[in-house]
Parts: sequence; C-alpha cells; structure tokens
Amino acid sequence: MAQAQPIRTAPQPDTGETYLLPGETYTSISSVIGDVPLTAPLKTPRAWFLGFGVAFALLMVFLVSVSWLFIRGVGIWGINIPVGWGMDIINFVWWIGIGHAGTLISAILLLLNQGWRNSINRFAEAMTLFAVACAGQYPILHLGRPWLFYWLFPFPNTHGMWPNFRSPLDWDVFAISTYATVSLLFWLVGLVPDFATLRDRSSNPLVKRIYGFAAVGWRGSARHWHRYEMASLLLAGISTPLVVSVHSIISLDFAVAQVPGWQVTVFPPYFVAGAVFAGFAMVLLLMIPVRAFYGFQSYITIRHLDVMAKVMLATGMLVVYGYFMEVFASLYSSSKYEQYLLYNRLSGPSAWAYYGLLFCNAVAIQPLWFRRVRQNIPALMVISAIVSVGMWLERYVIIVISLQRDFLPSSWAIYIPTVWDWSLYLGTFGLFFTLTFIFIRVLPMINIFEIRLLLHQETERAHRNEAAHGHGHDHGHGHDHGHKPNPAAAD
Amino acid sequence: MQASNEIYGVMAEFDSPNSLLEAAKKARAAGYRKMDAYSPFPIEEVCEEIMPEDTGVPRIVLICGLLGASSGFIFQAIGEFLDYPYNIGGRPIAITNWPAMIPITFECGILCAAFGAVFGMLALNGLPMPYHPVFNVPRFERASQDAFFLCIESVDPLFDRGRTSQFLRGLSPLQVSEVAH
Repeated sequence: MAQAQPIRTAPQPDTGETYLLPGETYTSISSVIGDVPLTAPLKTPRAWFLGFGVAFALLMVFLVSVSWLFIRGVGIWGINIPVGWGMDIINFVWWIGIGHAGTLISAILLLLNQGWRNSINRFAEAMTLFAVACAGQYPILHLGRPWLFYWLFPFPNTHGMWPNFRSPLDWDVFAISTYATVSLLFWLVGLVPDFATLRDRSSNPLVKRIYGFAAVGWRGSARHWHRYEMASLLLAGISTPLVVSVHSIISLDFAVAQVPGWQVTVFPPYFVAGAVFAGFAMVLLLMIPVRAFYGFQSYITIRHLDVMAKVMLATGMLVVYGYFMEVFASLYSSSKYEQYLLYNRLSGPSAWAYYGLLFCNAVAIQPLWFRRVRQNIPALMVISAIVSVGMWLERYVIIVISLQRDFLPSSWAIYIPTVWDWSLYLGTFGLFFTLTFIFIRVLPMINIFEIRLLLHQETERAHRNEAAHGHGHDHGHGHDHGHKPNPAAAD
Repeated sequence: MQASNEIYGVMAEFDSPNSLLEAAKKARAAGYRKMDAYSPFPIEEVCEEIMPEDTGVPRIVLICGLLGASSGFIFQAIGEFLDYPYNIGGRPIAITNWPAMIPITFECGILCAAFGAVFGMLALNGLPMPYHPVFNVPRFERASQDAFFLCIESVDPLFDRGRTSQFLRGLSPLQVSEVAH
C-alpha cells in the first residue's frame, strides 16, 4: 500500500565486499566522527595548529599580493599583448576544475546509488566550495578595476546599460555564481542532521547552542527524512547537469574565440573530463593525510582509494583522447594557423610544457591499471601530485602557447610570469588550506548520518547473504542491533 | 475513546531499525495514522509506513525551475532586444539569436530549482522549529545518534492515553513514555 517513491535503497549489485571495516556501530560512528569538532579548543592537536599556521601565513601572502595588485594594477603581472590571459586564467580554470570532483562525488555518485561515496562526499563538497572561492578571485582580480566587478551583473544603473548576455564571459559569471550557490546549499543541507548530532552530543552549553541553531530544530522525524531525501536527490539531479554546464561554459570562453588551438569542438567534454580528473587527484592528495591523522581508516578504506584511482584513470584516459583529438583537429583543419600551433607545441619556445603535460597526464597515470599501485598509498600520493601539476600544465599549454604565437608573427611575444603571479597562486593555496583547516576543526568532515545509513545497508546485506547461504534465519527481526559488531565482518 | 490532548502523544523507543519498522507496520495495521518515527538516519521503509503520500518537494522544484528559467530568458530578451539593442559582433538583435541566451537561462533555472528544493523542503517540514515536544522525552538526544523512536500523537482519532501506551508496550520496545507538550 505504500505509494512513496523509492529514493535511495534500490538494490545494488552485490560484490560481496564491504566498504566499512568490521566492528563499527551507530554509536561508534557518532562518537568517532562527531567528537573531532567537539574537542575543546585547547585540546586541538598540535599538528592542526602547525598546519593552520602555515596555511594562514600563505593567506597573508595572498593579501599582500592582492593589495599590491590593487595599488599598482595588473601591470605587476607578466601579462601583456598578445598574452593577455596568463596565470590568472590558468589558475582560475585549474581551481574550478578541482572543485568539480566534489560535485561529481556528491551528486553523480548519489544518483548512481554508490554507497561508498558517503565516506568522502562531505570532504569533497567542502573542497569544491573552497576551490570555487579560490577560482572566483582570479577573474575578478583580472578585471583591472576589480571594485567594479558588479558591472558584470544586470543591475539598475543610470547609464541604462546591460551586460552582454550573449557573451561566454557573461555566461561564466552566471555559471560560477550559480555553481557556488548551489554547492553551498547542497553542503549546508547535508550538514543539518549532523549539526543535530553535534547539538545532542556536546556538553558545553554555548557549543550546544551554536550547533543547535545551525540544526534548525532537526529531530530526525521520518516525515522530515522523507522530504529531506527527496530534496537531496533532486539537488543531486540538478547539480549533475550544472557541473557539466559550468566547465563547458568555461571551455566556451576559449572555444568561441578564433585563436588557434582554442576553436576546437571537443573542448566542452574534454574540459569536464579534465576537471574531474584533476579533482579526484586533489581529493586523494587531501584525504590520504587527513584519514591517517584522524584515524578514519574504518570509514575511508583502501577500497575507497582504489575506486577513486579508477575514476582518475578513466577520466585521465578521456583527457588523453582529447589530446589526440586536438592533434587530429589541427592536422585535419587545413588551416595553416592550426597546423602551426601543433608545430609550436611540439618544438616552440614553450614545448617543455606540452611534453610535461603528456608525461604527467598520459604516461604517469598508466600504473593505475594495476591494483597493487591503486592500493599503495605513497604511489597514489605521487601520482596525484603529478596529475595536479599536469592539469596545471594543460591550461598553460592551452592559454599561453596559443596566445604567444597567433596569426601575425610580428606580434608574437613570450609570456614570463612575474613573482606577483606566483605569489598570488601561492596565496590562493593559503586561502584554500585555511578554509580547509577551519572546516576539519569545526564541522564533521565525514557525513555521519550517511555512514550510519551505509552501516544499516551493509548489515542488511550481510543478513541477506546469510539467509541465502542457508544458515540465516528469520532475518529482519531486530538482528542488526546497533550495539553489535557489524555482521558483515563474518564474510 | 476520548481524545486526550493534555499530552502530545506516547513515544516508544526501539533497539534497531528493523524493530522500529516492525512497530511502524503494526501501528499502521492497528489503524494509527497520526504518528511519526525518529531515527538517526533515513530508513526508507519506515518513511513509507509513516508517510505513504507524496512528499510535495518535486512539484515545488519543478515550478521553481521553470519560473527561474523563463524569467531568466525574458529578462535577457528585454535587456538585449527591447531596452538597449546594441550590435555586438554582428549578432542579430532579435529573438532569432535565442541560442546564445540558453546558458544563462539554464543557470537561472538551476539556481531557482535549488532554492526551491532547499527552502521548499524546510518549509514543508516546518523547520526551523527550535522547540518541539518530543525533545522532552528521556534519551531523545540519542535519536540523532543511535536510538529509534515511534511516537503516536494524541491528535490521532484512535488515540487513547491508556490503550495506546498498552499497544506500544506490546511491541517489545526498550521504553515507553508520554510526551508532554
């Protein structure tokens, strides 16, 4: 008689393996993850202060770079004509790409009903928000008069002017601001039930009040959960095309222009795949140390790392296909400018970047075909770092090599980033890691209620398996008592 | 069978998701409708027992999305073609150039749909609600951690203070308590 739409628990193919380590209970999940933000400020681990201090120092580098930029203007950077888009746009595309893995994990894997995402989605979504915050700095700072950035939005003004809605640069404004807003909403909605857990666990009245305020009175009602699950599913459903649209629109900034190497029709899917590729590399780079430091090996297991490495390999191969298509497009174009671009990439003054990108993104990921490499933590760290560098080089190749030598040889020039280009880049790391350190200190970095749900599903599955093997009986009558060890361990 | 509105309802605690599900099924079979379950994570089967009807969220999201997209499109058309037509790069200054307006139309639709999903869900759930009678129940702070509750509310036509408590006690709960307003 129940008419409700099934939301999450469609049966998954049973691989017989579990994504949770044995011995976890609802109680242990709530306390192990929930107690990290509830630690008294003075009992914060020393290493956290150390990490936060380094990040905060880099944030000051960011402030100095931006202040000097405001005083002197974009002339302090290495950009000039013909290379008007230098490291600011490279870093913008790089950061926004990193953010996309978070949305992929939180939205697309939710739609695909991949329970393993529950362990990593909160962290990945936070990474998305902070990466978008870093990315958003660059186009605004690159405006030249950044204090007038609101001119990009349609607002009532005495000139009676409108922004050009039919330009990819204005599409960017809408895409990035929508993406940031929707990511923030998705993240906050996911936090509400966990705020309730923190409210109910904290003993300090002030802390209780703060988390209680954030929990908006969440009481875990079945009616609420039902609408909540539907809202999450719909948010995932609308975030999926959103994330694809965001990087597609960014790629159109290039693909709509006529510069050789930019006008390639494969750009939108190729940029999206590259974004996910870079993003998964960054998730691995961040998760591995955090997981070791806070002892979350039971929730973020080696299988999670293995699966993330597989996604990285798959999207990496899509990116490699994009490289082949770029070569094909320039050879097949019968345009001498496009053909010269290929020559310029292979033997021009910045050829090192092209070879570096081929090594980092095409060659260095090949060991991921082997399970032993995917499950080897140092190897994953090294490969992820190489991929992050490689994806930065990819944007360097696309932006700088194309602009350095376009149509008229008389206007060719070499782009050399200045110390302020590098200090701003370093500074955005400060912004990113300062936010990340604050996040892991004050918010539950793993989605607690979804891990409970995962434990419930795994327990049910273990019961089903037991029943199927003939020695289970009467399953579903109070056997998955929350205080017993996870029977999945028996498999 | 008198309605006793001096209390909010009667609440029973269960030790596992499955015993909560069994209890919800039996309560529904016994004819109770105004009831609610409280659990630290969504249990879909329990949600179906408690609230078999539509959630109402998808309709809100659809309406918000369509409104956002259409107003985004109209807004751009007014700016580009009516209020300040301007020849940029030789693009037609007419509605025939609609494909160039689709990206922003799409983003506006997504933005409004997301707001609709979040605020619609909160509004339908009656949140934020800082005080609620169920918070008075002993051990209810465990409902956000590892405990499972079923509450039959006094507004239910079948509710009777004594008999409903007796009924809940028959479902082998860990404890049964009355919920004060």
